[in-house]
Amino acid sequence: MMDHQETLELLPAFADQELGIVETQEVQRHLDSCPDCQREYAAQRIVSARFKKDAIYFNAPPHLAQRIGNALPPEPARAGSRRFSWISLGGALAAGLALVLGLGLYLNLPSDQERLTDEVVASHVRSLQVDHLSDVVSSDQHTVKPWFNGKLDFSPPVVDLAPQGFPLVGGRLDYLAGRPVAALVYRRAKHPINLYIWPSNERDAAPQLQNHQGYHLVRWTWDGMNYWTISDLAANELQNFVGLVRSTVRQ
Amino acid sequence: MLVPTKKQRFQANVLPHLNSAFNLACWLTRSRQDAEDVVQEAYLRAFKFFDGFHGDDSRAWLLTIVRNTFYTWYQEQQKQRQETAFDEEMHDFGAVDVAGMAFADNNPETLLMQKDSERQLQQALQALPLEFREVMVMRELEELSYKQIAAIVGIPIGTVMSRLGRGRKLLAAILAPARQEA
Ligand SMILES: [Zn+2]
Repeated sequence: MMDHQETLELLPAFADQELGIVETQEVQRHLDSCPDCQREYAAQRIVSARFKKDAIYFNAPPHLAQRIGNALPPEPARAGSRRFSWISLGGALAAGLALVLGLGLYLNLPSDQERLTDEVVASHVRSLQVDHLSDVVSSDQHTVKPWFNGKLDFSPPVVDLAPQGFPLVGGRLDYLAGRPVAALVYRRAKHPINLYIWPSNERDAAPQLQNHQGYHLVRWTWDGMNYWTISDLAANELQNFVGLVRSTVRQ
Repeated sequence: MLVPTKKQRFQANVLPHLNSAFNLACWLTRSRQDAEDVVQEAYLRAFKFFDGFHGDDSRAWLLTIVRNTFYTWYQEQQKQRQETAFDEEMHDFGAVDVAGMAFADNNPETLLMQKDSERQLQQALQALPLEFREVMVMRELEELSYKQIAAIVGIPIGTVMSRLGRGRKLLAAILAPARQEA
């Protein structure tokens, strides 16, 4: 049995869901019967939530990417090499996309999945540029879903997960794997999450996590739809999001 | 066919984390201007060391460099201050730029700042000692795991936990001094 002092010390990690299963259960058991620890736990959660909600997130000013690009040492010119410029963050990221596609050609054997991964990352990065996260801005699933009518040849399931900490912020049309797809935009704190949905004739496939260019991606297939989601969230948070989407869509 | 150059690989892997780098640098330096300098210097260092980076967590890797660059910069600042011995300047360092950085431009963040409870929080955060502020920003705003933070800061995971715990208590105390005394 965990004593009072040990529990107190573990409360920050308990509040952050960073403890293992056994420790979590032990802390919970002590917490249930200790008002002091309950107070301390509540205090940790309140400060943490207020920080997440009210603290400023300082986004880099647009000229900074260019400034950094200018300061990097010049590369020796290569015959026939593609020219990349650091005109702007957008330009640079587009260059990253061109690079990814170019690399695929070079290797000459990009699997469909690899190519799609690159496309999803590129789309996500693009969507973070100058306010192009969504074309329909709404936290209401009943507004977002009909918006796709007539724009797509299928009807994507749109669920709101605000109560679970992943509010829906909008949707947009995107283009992946050679076809138009629905892109739903969610947020976790300051982090945008893109969820792409389009029809599939493949069998159901369990969620698969991968890491690409510093982003986490999870893809799965269920009930005739492909789902891909991407964010710079921690892997476990994104998997948590996937679990919520899956259980809500199945209902 | 082309092999991507180092610069191209660097652009694709490290540049997308510019916002995270700038956010952390702002919170450490408490000034947008200084944060830009620190971030630029960090990117140059990162580029230099990029050949040696083989992991898949380029964001955590970059933030480690941003943090190290900041501390080098910070020590130089401190040294200069001691040499010139302007006491006032030292005391003002904490408070001055809180407003300075928030009102330096016209972006939405500035408007947010005008709300009272948020400004109160912002000032409380800026007043937190660096060792607490940095882990709190990494946890609450960058949503890094304890393990990632431990690697970036170079401390054991248990220390990450206790710093977060103490930092939150400290922040609560700054925000509600009256209640603490009661
Ligand atoms: Zn207790």
